[in-house]
Amino acid sequence: MTDNKLLEVEHLTMRFGGLVAIDDLSFTARKREITAIIGPNGAGKTTVFNCLTGFYVPTEGRLTLSANDGPRLLERTEGFRISRNNGVARTFQNIRLFTGMTVLENLVVAQHNRLMDASLFSLAGLFNLKRYANAEKEALERAKFWLNKTGLYEFADWNAGNLPYGNQRRLEIARAMCVEPSLLCLDEPAAGLNPRESAELNLLLQSIRDEQGIGLLLIEHDMSVVMQISDHVIVLDYGKKIADGNPEAVKNDPAVIRAYLGEEEDDELPPEVAQDLHLDPKAQ
Amino acid sequence: MDWAYFLQQLINGLTLGAIYGLIAIGYTMVYGIIGMINFAHGEIYMLGAFHSLITFLICQAAGISGILPLTLLLMLVVSMVMTSVYGWGVERIAYRPLRGSFRLAALISAIGMSIFLQNFVQIAQGARVKPMQPLIKGGITLMESPNFNVQLSYMQIVIIVLTFVLMVVFSTLIAKTSLGRAQRACEQDRTMAGLLGINVDRTISTTFVMGAALASVAGMMVTLYYGVIDFYIGFLAGVKAFTAAVLGGIGSLPGAMLGGLLIGLIESFWSGYLTIEYKDVATFGILVLVLIFRPWGLLGKPEVEKV
Repeated sequence: MTDNKLLEVEHLTMRFGGLVAIDDLSFTARKREITAIIGPNGAGKTTVFNCLTGFYVPTEGRLTLSANDGPRLLERTEGFRISRNNGVARTFQNIRLFTGMTVLENLVVAQHNRLMDASLFSLAGLFNLKRYANAEKEALERAKFWLNKTGLYEFADWNAGNLPYGNQRRLEIARAMCVEPSLLCLDEPAAGLNPRESAELNLLLQSIRDEQGIGLLLIEHDMSVVMQISDHVIVLDYGKKIADGNPEAVKNDPAVIRAYLGEEEDDELPPEVAQDLHLDPKAQ
Repeated sequence: MDWAYFLQQLINGLTLGAIYGLIAIGYTMVYGIIGMINFAHGEIYMLGAFHSLITFLICQAAGISGILPLTLLLMLVVSMVMTSVYGWGVERIAYRPLRGSFRLAALISAIGMSIFLQNFVQIAQGARVKPMQPLIKGGITLMESPNFNVQLSYMQIVIIVLTFVLMVVFSTLIAKTSLGRAQRACEQDRTMAGLLGINVDRTISTTFVMGAALASVAGMMVTLYYGVIDFYIGFLAGVKAFTAAVLGGIGSLPGAMLGGLLIGLIESFWSGYLTIEYKDVATFGILVLVLIFRPWGLLGKPEVEKV
């Protein structure tokens, strides 16, 4: 298992003034696994993502990403290099597509670096040299692959902002995959999806895990998604890790139940809740 | 109605408009990508004019000014390169450190930069008007009428054709190449563009360089067309090109060109048929009207808040 290690978070702490958003968090995410981070609102889940993708510089801790070419420290990497050198891609809770560009352009712009390398400061692009033409063809192929994969092929020439909501979510995932990441961070990809779209999303994420062999890090509130597809669940509460394990174990962890349902002063669940939980553990 | 006179004004207006358009592109591209008005852009244009004049004088001293195409090419290339360096430097020194600061900071910095560059050239080159001998002489008489001959000078042809070519090249660059896509991506969401691995700082620098290169072409054309320049030409031309960019819809590349042409035509027709003294009033009157009734310009899109 150790050679499968993709992301290692060690003693990550993030403070904003007096507020401790993340407190000494350590966990490991592996290749070919979906690692879910769950927790009540304000638990610090998105902050973890922001640390991973260079939005924040962690107050303490170490973030090691072992991509193909050996381990790299994420917290020491400049923002835009994180995806270029380390291969971390990300989607957002509130979708951030380039709404003024077409669906296809959104996917091609994500491959900017490869194209830029081929384009000799755009001169080759301007004069349509072969070297650039080849790189562009490759980029279009990759875009096409992900369009098919996400069922957006027929929308390729649409303005990204005009897509229906569910398709925008999928496009964001497709765009992130065009970066060819080794770690894909998804911030609530199922938010606002209807049950059918949510089921399709599950299939998409599973196929990304199985076919691309990358690691996925998933923040999600929708427990049906988390329990069905994740291999490994980490539960945060007030910035602290309170549980870590496979979905089944986490689901039955008393600390997790307490965090979600609240706790009484005397550390006991209200009787009716305790009863419900005992009668139907799947209600969680 | 004297059609010959009308045609002559049309030609003059298009020539002037092409020059405004070239400068306006710099405003519009920079506004598009970082949302600020680069008030030093007029000065960049003025620097372009000076560099082309200096290059010409060097060519003359070196004795190669007789070979006209070579001289013109050298003037164009040298002034484009030198001016690009200024454009890059202005962004690097005056704007980048202020990125992420409040909006007004960059604007104030831009005005400061503009004053600095003006004074720098005034001190370095002197305040007197610099003459330039006409290099491209002659023209075609398009139409002869009893009291007026319509002239289309070769210089005007060069200006219009060169502007058209540069427009096509830059539009292709923005629409088709990876650099252009990256610029449009940065325009919409810089953070996201960075996350996709685009070097945002470099993309912004490139935008300034492109704008400066186009402005320097405009500067060189003006030097050759009017034959006189001074350190102060950047101010009025800059404000007019800015008006053109706003009129066309700031942030829109074809809009800048259209706005430039319209401003050129308005100025030329106003001077030709009404009073030449009030031509600037007419131009800026247009700016006021546009800002009141159509603040997003002719080809720009109104900003719609999406919920």
